[in-house]
Amino acid sequence: MIRSIQKIVGGLLGWTESRSGLVSFVAPLVTHRVPRDAKWWYVFGSASLMFFSIQVVTGILLATMYAPSAAEAYQSLQYIDHQVPFGWMLRALHAWSSNAMILMVVIHMSQVFLHASFKFPRELMWMVGVLLLFCTLALAFTGQIMRWDQDAYWGLGIGAAIMDRVPVIGNQLRNVMLGGPYIGGATLSRFFALHVFVLPGLTIALIGAHMALILKNGISEMPKPGMVVDPKTYVAEYEERIKKTGVPFMPDAAQRDMVFCGLMLILVGALAAYLGPVGPSGVPNPTIIDANPRPDYAFLWIFTALALMPPQIETAVLLIAPPIVVLALLGLPLLSNRGERAPSRRPGAVISYVLIATVLGTLTWLGVVSAWSPVMNAWTSLPTPPQYLVGRTPLEMQGALVMQHSQCRNCHSLGGEGGMRGPNLDNVGSRKSWDQLVRQVQQGGGNMPAYGKNLSSAETTAVVAFMTTLRNDGAPESTIPGAMERQSSPDQAPKPVLGDAGK
Amino acid sequence: MSCDCSNTPSNQPPPPSPPSARRGVMLKLGIGLMGIGGAIASIPLVGYAITPALKKYKNSWIDLGGIADFPEGETRLGKFTNPNAAPTDGESAEQAVWVRSFKPAQFQVFAVNCAHLGCPVKWFQQSKLFMCPCHGGVYYEDGTRASGPPPRGLFEYKWKIENGRLLIDAGRLPGLEQTV
Ligand code: FES
Repeated sequence: MIRSIQKIVGGLLGWTESRSGLVSFVAPLVTHRVPRDAKWWYVFGSASLMFFSIQVVTGILLATMYAPSAAEAYQSLQYIDHQVPFGWMLRALHAWSSNAMILMVVIHMSQVFLHASFKFPRELMWMVGVLLLFCTLALAFTGQIMRWDQDAYWGLGIGAAIMDRVPVIGNQLRNVMLGGPYIGGATLSRFFALHVFVLPGLTIALIGAHMALILKNGISEMPKPGMVVDPKTYVAEYEERIKKTGVPFMPDAAQRDMVFCGLMLILVGALAAYLGPVGPSGVPNPTIIDANPRPDYAFLWIFTALALMPPQIETAVLLIAPPIVVLALLGLPLLSNRGERAPSRRPGAVISYVLIATVLGTLTWLGVVSAWSPVMNAWTSLPTPPQYLVGRTPLEMQGALVMQHSQCRNCHSLGGEGGMRGPNLDNVGSRKSWDQLVRQVQQGGGNMPAYGKNLSSAETTAVVAFMTTLRNDGAPESTIPGAMERQSSPDQAPKPVLGDAGK
Repeated sequence: MSCDCSNTPSNQPPPPSPPSARRGVMLKLGIGLMGIGGAIASIPLVGYAITPALKKYKNSWIDLGGIADFPEGETRLGKFTNPNAAPTDGESAEQAVWVRSFKPAQFQVFAVNCAHLGCPVKWFQQSKLFMCPCHGGVYYEDGTRASGPPPRGLFEYKWKIENGRLLIDAGRLPGLEQTV
């Protein structure tokens, strides 16, 4: 009995193999030999692939419920989150696994860069990998649009405004991107097609190429100082070593991949279950101007760069930097495809890496804080801290009111609360003299708008009087050296000429 | 083209492949036909894809409401539905502008889209400033740039008054090309 079953199964397999050649096609994927020292550093590529597979599966399921129409997308997300069994979990998995995929891709790329695995003969593997990085980011960006909430709407607005800066054809590019002269149904449909058809298809093709190249060129060994890549001899030497000391991918390397991928999967699953889906934020109705749009994590550094760049160079940087970055990444293995691979022998590369990582990390962190953004509701939601009102004169109290009402705290914090765009005002009385404060309020300067036309001279006087009382305990009021000393103390209100302030 | 079979002696097997001249013709024909067919098939593809670039989108005069809705000395949010709207646009077809009335029957109509990168600016009546939530751009009440990254003042719409109604010339997402 068992014999005959074995025979039938064996026959079926043999038939399939003889007609398809499937096993001989797939077998090298499993049996190819990898360097013995390819240990935990090498798990991140597999993890990227695993998260991509999860994106494909959850993405297909989400596509069965999501309505890719600007009129219905938002409601369909609400429906998925609240009505569909496990719908929220699918969305959560899709969102968090996308973040995890970006992270894995970045770590994988860092490892390849630091170990110089992109050198001969793996130049093309690196280039395909760079394209995969761009696909991953493009998937993340278009995915963010699928949420079709305020962040998506205004994120598209930012994209459109960047396109607009391209000379001559900017407006045309913008319209092609949006599918028309404004952000609407055509825009969402375009990004949907990109997100679900074009980009995944491209990604799968590139992953195929990446894998084929792995089989062709083999996995690089751990770099050792003194082990130099010489294109003339490398291939023969590598094959020799692999033959002698290499181990089969399955199970030696695959088991480590599985352990790591399993752990990551559990982690991301737990994260998704605990944190839930990302968004959607507010309704994508452009007449709701209370929006506070923020991009997803992967793009926060760009958001920061756009906030901090001097306006004079911004357009130039926006147009020139992206092609330079793309060319530099793609061209890297052509610039340096031989020589040492060990990080200890490539200080320049390591320093560049640390520098780039620090800059991106810092920009991302600054984007989380986004100190440059006014806190739009600070003036109505954050009361003046009571300790700043104790023992103040009526004029100074009035000044506190003016400060509150004039939205000063949207940009300036008091008692640790408020905007961070301008300096905090806790100690402003000992930093600036009366006259300096009047001038700053009236004329603005630095990054501050001028309030000269918007505040009456009485209001200016009051708010300045209040600010001169904002000093650390015991600190004297700031004066301009050599200027006439003004008669003032906390209990004696200063008496500037009211008419003066308006000049 | 002559019949090549006449050259073949009848008692010998035919050559294994047709002579190269004919194969060359066939290949050229194939490439040519594929090219023509492909070109015809790609007319709608390319046409569809680049229409947004070539088409001149028309603005229209849109009624924002009676001028009494925009009292002098105030800046208020005006709302309208995009005249180019498509049925699938949903709420994204709704649009907003800031309308400032500074003299009797004198208006300035600003785009809510920040001149930096298009985020929605908000008006603060008390400090008479427009503030942008994205990168901290600030504008004065007349739309001129006060501080922050915007390279210029707020975009303005053309406006006119007809039968006591305020009309603006709108339909496109405001951008650098749109300046009064
Ligand atoms: S979009 Fe308004 S400051 Fe950048």
